[in-house]
Amino acid sequence: MTAQVVTISSGKGGVGKTTAVANIAFALAASGSKVVCIDGDIGLRNLDVVMGLENRIVYDIVDVIEGRCKLRQAMIRDKHLPELYLIPAAQTRDKNAVSPSDMKRVCDEIRPEADFVLIDSPAGIERGFRNAIAPADRVLVITNPEVSAVRDADRVIGILEAEEKHSPALIINRLNPDLVKQHDMLSAEDVLDLLGIKLIGIVPEDESVIVGSNRGVPVSQDPKSRAGQAFRNIAHRLKGEEVPFLDLDKQAGLWDRIQKMAGRR
Amino acid sequence: MNDLHSLIQIKGLRDGLLVSLNDAPWAEQQSALLTQMDQQPSFFQGARLALDVGSQILHVNEMVDLRDQLSERNVLLWAVLSESPTTEQTAQLLGLATRISKPRPEETRFASSGLSDETALFINKTLRSGTRVEFPGHVVVLGDVNPGAEIVAVGSIIIWGRLRGAVHAGSNGDGSAKVCALDFAPMQLRVAKEAMNLNEDKEPASPRMAFIRDERLVIESWKPS
Repeated sequence: MTAQVVTISSGKGGVGKTTAVANIAFALAASGSKVVCIDGDIGLRNLDVVMGLENRIVYDIVDVIEGRCKLRQAMIRDKHLPELYLIPAAQTRDKNAVSPSDMKRVCDEIRPEADFVLIDSPAGIERGFRNAIAPADRVLVITNPEVSAVRDADRVIGILEAEEKHSPALIINRLNPDLVKQHDMLSAEDVLDLLGIKLIGIVPEDESVIVGSNRGVPVSQDPKSRAGQAFRNIAHRLKGEEVPFLDLDKQAGLWDRIQKMAGRR
Repeated sequence: MNDLHSLIQIKGLRDGLLVSLNDAPWAEQQSALLTQMDQQPSFFQGARLALDVGSQILHVNEMVDLRDQLSERNVLLWAVLSESPTTEQTAQLLGLATRISKPRPEETRFASSGLSDETALFINKTLRSGTRVEFPGHVVVLGDVNPGAEIVAVGSIIIWGRLRGAVHAGSNGDGSAKVCALDFAPMQLRVAKEAMNLNEDKEPASPRMAFIRDERLVIESWKPS
Protein backbone atom coordinates (compact mmCIF):
# COMPACT_ATOMS: atom_id res chain seq x y z
CA MET A 1 0.00 0.00 0.00
CA THR A 2 1.18 3.49 -0.74
CA ALA A 3 -1.06 6.14 0.65
CA GLN A 4 -2.13 9.16 -1.35
CA VAL A 5 -1.55 12.29 0.73
CA VAL A 6 -4.43 14.73 0.21
CA THR A 7 -4.43 18.20 1.78
CA ILE A 8 -7.60 20.26 2.08
CA SER A 9 -6.99 23.98 2.06
CA SER A 10 -8.88 27.21 1.45
CA GLY A 11 -7.03 30.37 2.42
CA LYS A 12 -10.10 31.86 4.06
CA GLY A 13 -11.28 30.51 7.39
CA GLY A 14 -14.71 29.10 8.09
CA VAL A 15 -15.46 27.72 4.63
CA GLY A 16 -15.57 24.12 5.84
CA LYS A 17 -12.06 22.62 5.63
CA THR A 18 -12.32 20.65 8.85
CA THR A 19 -15.88 19.49 8.15
CA ALA A 20 -14.83 18.36 4.68
CA VAL A 21 -11.81 16.44 5.99
CA ALA A 22 -13.92 14.63 8.59
CA ASN A 23 -16.69 13.80 6.15
CA ILE A 24 -14.46 12.64 3.32
CA ALA A 25 -12.38 10.59 5.76
CA PHE A 26 -15.49 8.86 7.17
CA ALA A 27 -16.79 8.18 3.67
CA LEU A 28 -13.45 6.74 2.52
CA ALA A 29 -13.10 4.58 5.62
CA ALA A 30 -16.72 3.38 5.37
CA SER A 31 -16.04 2.20 1.84
CA GLY A 32 -13.09 0.10 2.94
CA SER A 33 -10.02 2.34 2.69
CA LYS A 34 -7.56 2.78 5.50
CA VAL A 35 -7.46 6.50 6.27
CA VAL A 36 -5.23 8.58 8.53
CA CYS A 37 -6.30 12.19 9.19
CA ILE A 38 -3.77 14.75 10.35
CA ASP A 39 -4.91 17.99 11.97
CA GLY A 40 -2.52 20.66 10.68
CA ASP A 41 -4.02 23.46 12.74
CA ILE A 42 -1.55 23.44 15.63
CA GLY A 43 -2.71 25.71 18.44
CA LEU A 44 -6.32 25.81 17.20
CA ARG A 45 -7.13 22.17 16.76
CA ASN A 46 -10.69 21.04 16.16
CA LEU A 47 -10.69 18.11 13.79
CA ASP A 48 -10.78 15.90 16.92
CA VAL A 49 -14.03 17.58 18.02
CA VAL A 50 -15.72 17.22 14.64
CA MET A 51 -14.67 13.56 14.51
CA GLY A 52 -15.87 13.02 18.09
CA LEU A 53 -12.48 11.89 19.41
CA GLU A 54 -11.38 14.78 21.63
CA ASN A 55 -11.56 12.88 24.91
CA ARG A 56 -9.15 10.23 23.69
CA ILE A 57 -6.13 12.38 22.88
CA VAL A 58 -2.98 11.36 24.71
CA TYR A 59 -0.22 12.22 22.24
CA ASP A 60 -0.30 14.65 19.32
CA ILE A 61 1.69 15.35 16.18
CA VAL A 62 4.21 17.58 17.96
CA ASP A 63 4.96 14.69 20.35
CA VAL A 64 5.64 12.49 17.32
CA ILE A 65 7.91 15.06 15.70
CA GLU A 66 9.82 15.80 18.87
CA GLY A 67 10.23 12.10 19.58
CA ARG A 68 8.16 11.81 22.77
CA CYS A 69 6.09 8.99 21.35
CA LYS A 70 5.91 6.58 18.44
CA LEU A 71 3.72 7.42 15.45
CA ARG A 72 1.36 4.52 16.33
CA GLN A 73 0.78 5.91 19.82
CA ALA A 74 -0.47 9.23 18.43
CA MET A 75 -2.86 7.57 15.97
CA ILE A 76 -6.34 7.56 17.56
CA ARG A 77 -8.61 4.89 16.16
CA ASP A 78 -12.21 5.86 15.45
CA LYS A 79 -14.97 4.44 17.65
CA HIS A 80 -16.94 2.88 14.81
CA LEU A 81 -14.67 2.57 11.81
CA PRO A 82 -11.60 0.45 12.60
CA GLU A 83 -9.73 1.69 9.51
CA LEU A 84 -10.00 5.39 10.39
CA TYR A 85 -7.32 7.14 12.44
CA LEU A 86 -6.66 10.69 13.60
CA ILE A 87 -3.33 12.28 14.48
CA PRO A 88 -4.44 15.34 16.44
CA ALA A 89 -2.70 18.72 16.55
CA ALA A 90 -1.11 20.07 19.72
CA GLN A 91 -3.25 22.67 21.42
CA THR A 92 -0.56 24.22 23.61
CA ARG A 93 2.00 24.92 20.88
CA ASP A 94 1.97 26.98 17.71
CA LYS A 95 2.61 26.45 14.00
CA ASN A 96 6.36 26.97 14.40
CA ALA A 97 6.65 23.71 16.36
CA VAL A 98 6.44 21.90 13.01
CA SER A 99 8.39 22.43 9.77
CA PRO A 100 7.46 21.37 6.23
CA SER A 101 10.12 18.68 6.27
CA ASP A 102 8.75 17.28 9.58
CA MET A 103 5.36 16.89 7.89
CA LYS A 104 6.96 15.14 4.93
CA ARG A 105 8.76 12.76 7.28
CA VAL A 106 5.60 11.87 9.21
CA CYS A 107 3.63 11.28 6.00
CA ASP A 108 6.39 9.15 4.51
CA GLU A 109 6.24 7.00 7.64
CA ILE A 110 2.47 6.52 7.27
CA ARG A 111 2.50 5.98 3.49
CA PRO A 112 3.26 2.23 3.43
CA GLU A 113 0.48 1.47 5.91
CA ALA A 114 -2.54 3.39 4.64
CA ASP A 115 -4.58 4.16 1.51
CA PHE A 116 -5.19 7.85 2.24
CA VAL A 117 -3.65 10.50 4.44
CA LEU A 118 -5.96 13.53 4.74
CA ILE A 119 -4.42 16.72 6.08
CA ASP A 120 -6.59 19.52 7.46
CA SER A 121 -4.83 22.79 6.63
CA PRO A 122 -5.23 25.86 8.85
CA ALA A 123 -6.61 29.08 7.37
CA GLY A 124 -4.13 31.58 5.98
CA ILE A 125 -1.09 31.20 3.75
CA GLU A 126 1.62 31.26 6.38
CA ARG A 127 3.68 28.59 8.10
CA GLY A 128 0.79 26.26 8.99
CA PHE A 129 -0.43 26.26 5.40
CA ARG A 130 3.11 25.60 4.11
CA ASN A 131 3.39 22.68 6.52
CA ALA A 132 0.09 21.24 5.38
CA ILE A 133 0.82 21.35 1.65
CA ALA A 134 4.48 20.26 1.82
CA PRO A 135 3.79 16.49 1.86
CA ALA A 136 0.68 16.59 -0.36
CA ASP A 137 0.36 14.51 -3.52
CA ARG A 138 -2.93 16.24 -4.17
CA VAL A 139 -4.53 19.38 -2.85
CA LEU A 140 -8.27 19.98 -2.68
CA VAL A 141 -9.12 23.67 -2.49
CA ILE A 142 -12.45 24.29 -0.80
CA THR A 143 -14.44 27.49 -1.18
CA ASN A 144 -17.91 28.90 -0.59
CA PRO A 145 -19.82 30.62 -3.39
CA GLU A 146 -18.87 34.02 -1.94
CA VAL A 147 -16.65 36.64 -3.52
CA SER A 148 -14.24 36.85 -0.57
CA ALA A 149 -13.81 33.07 -0.26
CA VAL A 150 -13.28 32.71 -4.01
CA ARG A 151 -10.66 35.47 -3.97
CA ASP A 152 -8.70 33.66 -1.26
CA ALA A 153 -9.06 30.33 -3.05
CA ASP A 154 -7.61 32.02 -6.15
CA ARG A 155 -4.59 33.17 -4.14
CA VAL A 156 -4.09 29.68 -2.71
CA ILE A 157 -4.29 28.11 -6.17
CA GLY A 158 -1.69 30.61 -7.37
CA ILE A 159 0.68 29.58 -4.58
CA LEU A 160 0.07 25.89 -5.27
CA GLU A 161 0.84 26.42 -8.95
CA ALA A 162 4.03 28.27 -8.06
CA GLU A 163 5.05 25.38 -5.80
CA GLU A 164 4.32 23.01 -8.66
CA LYS A 165 1.78 21.00 -6.69
CA HIS A 166 0.08 19.94 -9.85
CA SER A 167 -3.66 20.17 -10.48
CA PRO A 168 -5.46 21.23 -7.31
CA ALA A 169 -9.14 20.22 -7.46
CA LEU A 170 -12.03 22.36 -6.26
CA ILE A 171 -14.80 21.69 -3.74
CA ILE A 172 -17.60 24.25 -3.70
CA ASN A 173 -19.18 24.05 -0.26
CA ARG A 174 -22.51 25.37 1.07
CA LEU A 175 -24.10 26.14 -2.28
CA ASN A 176 -27.71 27.20 -1.95
CA PRO A 177 -29.52 26.53 -5.27
CA ASP A 178 -32.46 28.78 -4.34
CA LEU A 179 -30.23 31.79 -3.72
CA VAL A 180 -28.39 31.06 -6.96
CA LYS A 181 -31.71 31.01 -8.81
CA GLN A 182 -32.58 34.44 -7.39
CA HIS A 183 -29.11 35.70 -8.48
CA ASP A 184 -28.20 36.35 -4.86
CA MET A 185 -25.34 33.86 -4.79
CA LEU A 186 -22.50 33.00 -7.15
CA SER A 187 -23.33 29.87 -9.10
CA ALA A 188 -20.98 26.92 -9.31
CA GLU A 189 -20.29 27.94 -12.90
CA ASP A 190 -19.33 31.48 -11.83
CA VAL A 191 -16.86 30.09 -9.31
CA LEU A 192 -15.39 27.56 -11.73
CA ASP A 193 -15.19 30.20 -14.40
CA LEU A 194 -12.98 32.41 -12.28
CA LEU A 195 -10.80 29.74 -10.71
CA GLY A 196 -10.39 27.61 -13.80
CA ILE A 197 -9.44 24.34 -12.09
CA LYS A 198 -11.03 20.90 -12.06
CA LEU A 199 -14.13 20.41 -9.93
CA ILE A 200 -14.25 17.43 -7.57
CA GLY A 201 -17.47 18.18 -5.70
CA ILE A 202 -20.32 20.58 -5.00
CA VAL A 203 -21.77 20.33 -1.51
CA PRO A 204 -25.21 21.89 -1.02
CA GLU A 205 -25.99 23.92 2.09
CA ASP A 206 -27.46 21.54 4.68
CA GLU A 207 -28.27 22.16 8.35
CA SER A 208 -27.52 18.56 9.24
CA VAL A 209 -23.80 19.27 8.61
CA ILE A 210 -23.68 21.61 11.62
CA VAL A 211 -25.63 19.20 13.80
CA GLY A 212 -23.30 16.37 12.79
CA SER A 213 -20.16 18.42 13.49
CA ASN A 214 -21.36 19.33 16.96
CA ARG A 215 -22.23 15.73 17.78
CA GLY A 216 -18.97 14.40 16.38
CA VAL A 217 -20.81 12.26 13.85
CA PRO A 218 -20.01 13.57 10.36
CA VAL A 219 -22.99 13.83 8.05
CA SER A 220 -21.49 11.57 5.39
CA GLN A 221 -22.66 8.74 7.68
CA ASP A 222 -26.27 9.81 7.17
CA PRO A 223 -27.67 8.16 4.01
CA LYS A 224 -30.53 10.70 3.76
CA SER A 225 -28.44 13.89 3.84
CA ARG A 226 -27.77 15.59 0.48
CA ALA A 227 -24.52 17.10 1.79
CA GLY A 228 -23.55 13.66 3.05
CA GLN A 229 -24.16 12.25 -0.42
CA ALA A 230 -22.00 15.00 -1.92
CA PHE A 231 -19.12 14.17 0.46
CA ARG A 232 -19.47 10.45 -0.31
CA ASN A 233 -19.25 11.27 -4.01
CA ILE A 234 -16.05 13.24 -3.43
CA ALA A 235 -14.60 10.22 -1.64
CA HIS A 236 -15.44 8.01 -4.63
CA ARG A 237 -13.87 10.50 -7.02
CA LEU A 238 -10.70 10.57 -4.89
CA LYS A 239 -10.51 6.83 -5.43
CA GLY A 240 -10.63 7.45 -9.16
CA GLU A 241 -14.23 6.43 -9.72
CA GLU A 242 -16.49 8.33 -12.11
CA VAL A 243 -19.54 9.62 -10.25
CA PRO A 244 -22.04 12.05 -11.79
CA PHE A 245 -22.46 15.38 -9.98
CA LEU A 246 -25.60 15.90 -7.90
CA ASP A 247 -28.35 17.58 -9.84
CA LEU A 248 -28.11 21.28 -9.02
CA ASP A 249 -29.67 23.94 -11.18
CA LYS A 250 -27.48 25.07 -13.98
CA GLN A 251 -26.93 28.52 -15.45
CA ALA A 252 -24.84 29.43 -18.43
CA GLY A 253 -21.92 31.58 -17.30
CA LEU A 254 -21.13 34.85 -18.99
CA TRP A 255 -17.78 33.57 -20.14
CA ASP A 256 -19.35 30.50 -21.75
CA ARG A 257 -21.48 32.81 -23.82
CA ILE A 258 -18.50 34.88 -24.91
CA GLN A 259 -16.58 31.78 -25.81
CA LYS A 260 -19.51 30.60 -27.86
CA MET A 261 -19.65 33.96 -29.59
CA ALA A 262 -15.91 33.95 -30.20
CA GLY A 263 -16.11 30.40 -31.51
CA ARG A 264 -18.74 31.37 -34.02
CA ARG A 265 -16.71 34.25 -35.39
CA MET B 1 36.51 29.28 5.15
CA ASN B 2 37.89 32.00 2.89
CA ASP B 3 36.40 30.19 -0.04
CA LEU B 4 32.99 30.36 1.56
CA HIS B 5 33.30 34.07 2.10
CA SER B 6 34.23 34.78 -1.47
CA LEU B 7 31.16 32.90 -2.70
CA ILE B 8 28.66 34.92 -0.74
CA GLN B 9 28.54 38.37 0.72
CA ILE B 10 26.50 39.25 3.77
CA LYS B 11 25.57 42.81 4.65
CA GLY B 12 23.46 44.18 7.46
CA LEU B 13 20.50 46.31 6.39
CA ARG B 14 18.18 48.42 8.46
CA ASP B 15 15.59 45.67 8.56
CA GLY B 16 17.58 42.46 8.17
CA LEU B 17 20.40 40.88 6.25
CA LEU B 18 21.22 41.11 2.57
CA VAL B 19 23.02 38.14 1.10
CA SER B 20 24.56 38.68 -2.35
CA LEU B 21 25.55 35.76 -4.52
CA ASN B 22 27.87 35.75 -7.50
CA ASP B 23 27.75 33.60 -10.62
CA ALA B 24 29.02 30.34 -9.12
CA PRO B 25 26.67 27.33 -9.46
CA TRP B 26 23.57 27.58 -7.30
CA ALA B 27 24.15 24.35 -5.36
CA GLU B 28 27.62 25.53 -4.22
CA GLN B 29 26.35 28.90 -3.14
CA GLN B 30 23.42 27.45 -1.27
CA SER B 31 25.60 25.05 0.67
CA ALA B 32 28.11 27.86 1.36
CA LEU B 33 25.33 29.98 2.80
CA LEU B 34 23.92 27.18 4.92
CA THR B 35 27.38 26.17 6.17
CA GLN B 36 28.05 29.70 7.25
CA MET B 37 24.73 29.80 9.08
CA ASP B 38 25.44 26.57 10.89
CA GLN B 39 28.82 27.93 11.97
CA GLN B 40 27.36 31.10 13.46
CA PRO B 41 23.83 30.17 14.46
CA SER B 42 23.52 32.98 17.01
CA PHE B 43 24.18 35.60 14.35
CA PHE B 44 21.50 34.29 12.01
CA GLN B 45 18.80 33.14 14.48
CA GLY B 46 15.52 34.92 13.84
CA ALA B 47 16.96 37.05 11.05
CA ARG B 48 15.02 38.46 8.10
CA LEU B 49 16.98 37.67 5.01
CA ALA B 50 16.93 39.20 1.54
CA LEU B 51 18.77 37.35 -1.18
CA ASP B 52 20.37 39.07 -4.17
CA VAL B 53 20.91 36.39 -6.80
CA GLY B 54 22.28 38.73 -9.46
CA SER B 55 21.76 37.37 -12.94
CA GLN B 56 21.18 33.78 -11.81
CA ILE B 57 17.94 32.11 -12.84
CA LEU B 58 16.37 30.40 -9.86
CA HIS B 59 13.70 27.76 -10.29
CA VAL B 60 10.68 27.39 -8.10
CA ASN B 61 11.82 24.21 -6.42
CA GLU B 62 15.24 25.71 -5.64
CA MET B 63 13.64 28.73 -4.07
CA VAL B 64 11.16 26.66 -2.08
CA ASP B 65 13.93 24.35 -0.90
CA LEU B 66 16.07 27.28 0.25
CA ARG B 67 13.16 28.87 2.05
CA ASP B 68 12.41 25.62 3.89
CA GLN B 69 16.07 25.12 4.77
CA LEU B 70 16.23 28.65 6.11
CA SER B 71 13.01 28.34 8.05
CA GLU B 72 14.42 25.26 9.77
CA ARG B 73 17.26 27.47 10.93
CA ASN B 74 14.72 30.02 12.12
CA VAL B 75 15.63 32.47 9.37
CA LEU B 76 12.92 34.14 7.32
CA LEU B 77 13.50 34.60 3.61
CA TRP B 78 11.39 37.64 2.71
CA ALA B 79 12.85 38.93 -0.53
CA VAL B 80 14.67 37.70 -3.59
CA LEU B 81 16.32 40.36 -5.72
CA SER B 82 17.18 39.43 -9.25
CA GLU B 83 18.09 40.91 -12.59
CA SER B 84 16.08 38.23 -14.35
CA PRO B 85 12.34 38.87 -14.74
CA THR B 86 11.72 35.10 -14.66
CA THR B 87 13.30 34.76 -11.25
CA GLU B 88 11.52 37.88 -10.02
CA GLN B 89 8.24 36.41 -11.14
CA THR B 90 8.97 33.12 -9.45
CA ALA B 91 9.71 34.99 -6.23
CA GLN B 92 6.48 36.97 -6.55
CA LEU B 93 4.48 33.81 -7.05
CA LEU B 94 5.91 32.52 -3.78
CA GLY B 95 4.80 35.74 -2.09
CA LEU B 96 8.34 37.07 -1.67
CA ALA B 97 9.26 40.69 -2.17
CA THR B 98 11.48 41.48 -5.14
CA ARG B 99 12.53 44.90 -3.99
CA ILE B 100 13.97 46.22 -0.78
CA SER B 101 13.02 49.70 0.29
CA LYS B 102 15.92 51.41 -1.52
CA PRO B 103 15.64 51.11 -5.30
CA ARG B 104 18.63 49.26 -6.65
CA PRO B 105 20.90 51.06 -9.10
CA GLU B 106 21.03 47.89 -11.22
CA GLU B 107 17.33 48.12 -11.91
CA THR B 108 17.47 51.47 -13.59
CA ARG B 109 20.45 50.28 -15.58
CA PHE B 110 18.38 47.28 -16.64
CA ALA B 111 15.49 49.46 -17.69
CA SER B 112 17.44 52.15 -19.50
CA SER B 113 19.96 50.09 -21.40
CA GLY B 114 19.84 46.63 -22.88
CA LEU B 115 16.13 46.70 -23.59
CA SER B 116 14.68 48.29 -26.67
CA ASP B 117 11.22 49.87 -26.66
CA GLU B 118 9.68 46.78 -28.17
CA THR B 119 10.57 44.23 -25.50
CA ALA B 120 7.60 42.29 -24.16
CA LEU B 121 7.08 39.82 -21.38
CA PHE B 122 4.90 36.91 -22.44
CA ILE B 123 2.95 35.22 -19.65
CA ASN B 124 1.34 31.98 -20.70
CA LYS B 125 -1.02 31.42 -17.78
CA THR B 126 -3.70 33.00 -15.62
CA LEU B 127 -2.48 35.57 -13.11
CA ARG B 128 -4.19 34.85 -9.82
CA SER B 129 -4.92 37.03 -6.83
CA GLY B 130 -1.75 38.18 -5.05
CA THR B 131 0.45 38.07 -8.14
CA ARG B 132 2.18 41.29 -9.11
CA VAL B 133 4.01 41.60 -12.41
CA GLU B 134 6.20 44.63 -13.08
CA PHE B 135 8.05 44.91 -16.35
CA PRO B 136 10.06 47.63 -18.11
CA GLY B 137 8.40 46.90 -21.47
CA HIS B 138 5.10 45.50 -22.77
CA VAL B 139 3.24 42.66 -21.08
CA VAL B 140 1.23 40.06 -22.97
CA VAL B 141 -0.90 37.58 -21.03
CA LEU B 142 -2.39 34.48 -22.60
CA GLY B 143 -4.86 33.75 -19.80
CA ASP B 144 -6.96 35.74 -17.37
CA VAL B 145 -5.97 38.45 -14.92
CA ASN B 146 -8.04 37.66 -11.84
CA PRO B 147 -9.22 40.15 -9.19
CA GLY B 148 -6.35 40.86 -6.80
CA ALA B 149 -3.64 40.43 -9.45
CA GLU B 150 -1.68 43.46 -10.62
CA ILE B 151 0.31 44.34 -13.73
CA VAL B 152 2.52 47.41 -14.00
CA ALA B 153 4.19 47.90 -17.38
CA VAL B 154 6.27 50.70 -18.83
CA GLY B 155 4.71 49.81 -22.20
CA SER B 156 1.31 48.42 -23.20
CA ILE B 157 -0.64 45.55 -21.67
CA ILE B 158 -2.46 43.00 -23.82
CA ILE B 159 -4.66 40.37 -22.20
CA TRP B 160 -5.88 37.49 -24.32
CA GLY B 161 -8.50 36.56 -21.74
CA ARG B 162 -10.50 38.23 -19.00
CA LEU B 163 -9.14 41.31 -17.29
CA ARG B 164 -10.47 41.61 -13.72
CA GLY B 165 -7.42 42.78 -11.79
CA ALA B 166 -5.52 46.08 -11.60
CA VAL B 167 -3.43 47.29 -14.53
CA HIS B 168 -1.14 50.26 -15.07
CA ALA B 169 0.26 50.72 -18.56
CA GLY B 170 2.82 53.42 -19.42
CA SER B 171 3.95 53.51 -15.81
CA ASN B 172 6.83 55.87 -16.66
CA GLY B 173 4.35 58.35 -18.13
CA ASP B 174 4.20 57.06 -21.70
CA GLY B 175 0.88 58.37 -23.03
CA SER B 176 0.95 56.13 -26.09
CA ALA B 177 0.61 52.96 -24.01
CA LYS B 178 -2.61 50.92 -24.32
CA VAL B 179 -4.48 48.30 -22.36
CA CYS B 180 -6.43 45.70 -24.36
CA ALA B 181 -8.37 42.67 -23.21
CA LEU B 182 -10.84 40.20 -24.72
CA ASP B 183 -13.13 40.77 -21.76
CA PHE B 184 -12.31 44.18 -20.41
CA ALA B 185 -13.41 44.79 -16.81
CA PRO B 186 -10.40 45.80 -14.71
CA MET B 187 -10.82 46.60 -11.05
CA GLN B 188 -8.40 49.51 -11.45
CA LEU B 189 -7.23 51.02 -14.70
CA ARG B 190 -4.35 53.43 -15.22
CA VAL B 191 -2.60 54.55 -18.37
CA ALA B 192 0.38 56.87 -17.84
CA LYS B 193 -0.94 59.45 -15.33
CA GLU B 194 -4.64 58.98 -16.09
CA ALA B 195 -6.81 56.68 -14.00
CA MET B 196 -10.37 55.54 -14.44
CA ASN B 197 -12.97 54.03 -12.18
CA LEU B 198 -15.00 51.36 -13.94
CA ASN B 199 -17.53 50.78 -11.18
CA GLU B 200 -20.28 52.38 -13.24
CA ASP B 201 -19.26 50.44 -16.30
CA LYS B 202 -22.17 48.20 -17.24
CA GLU B 203 -20.97 47.18 -20.70
CA PRO B 204 -21.38 43.48 -21.42
CA ALA B 205 -18.18 41.52 -21.66
CA SER B 206 -16.50 42.38 -24.92
CA PRO B 207 -13.02 42.98 -26.34
CA ARG B 208 -12.08 46.57 -25.54
CA MET B 209 -9.06 48.84 -25.50
CA ALA B 210 -8.11 51.73 -23.24
CA PHE B 211 -5.80 54.52 -24.41
CA ILE B 212 -5.24 58.24 -24.07
CA ARG B 213 -6.87 60.59 -26.57
CA ASP B 214 -6.63 64.36 -26.07
CA GLU B 215 -5.21 63.85 -22.57
CA ARG B 216 -8.22 61.80 -21.50
CA LEU B 217 -8.43 58.12 -20.89
CA VAL B 218 -11.00 56.51 -23.20
CA ILE B 219 -12.21 52.96 -23.66
CA GLU B 220 -13.32 51.76 -27.07
CA SER B 221 -14.30 48.46 -28.48
CA TRP B 222 -11.24 46.59 -29.73
CA LYS B 223 -11.63 45.77 -33.40
CA PRO B 224 -9.07 44.47 -35.81
CA SER B 225 -7.93 47.52 -37.78
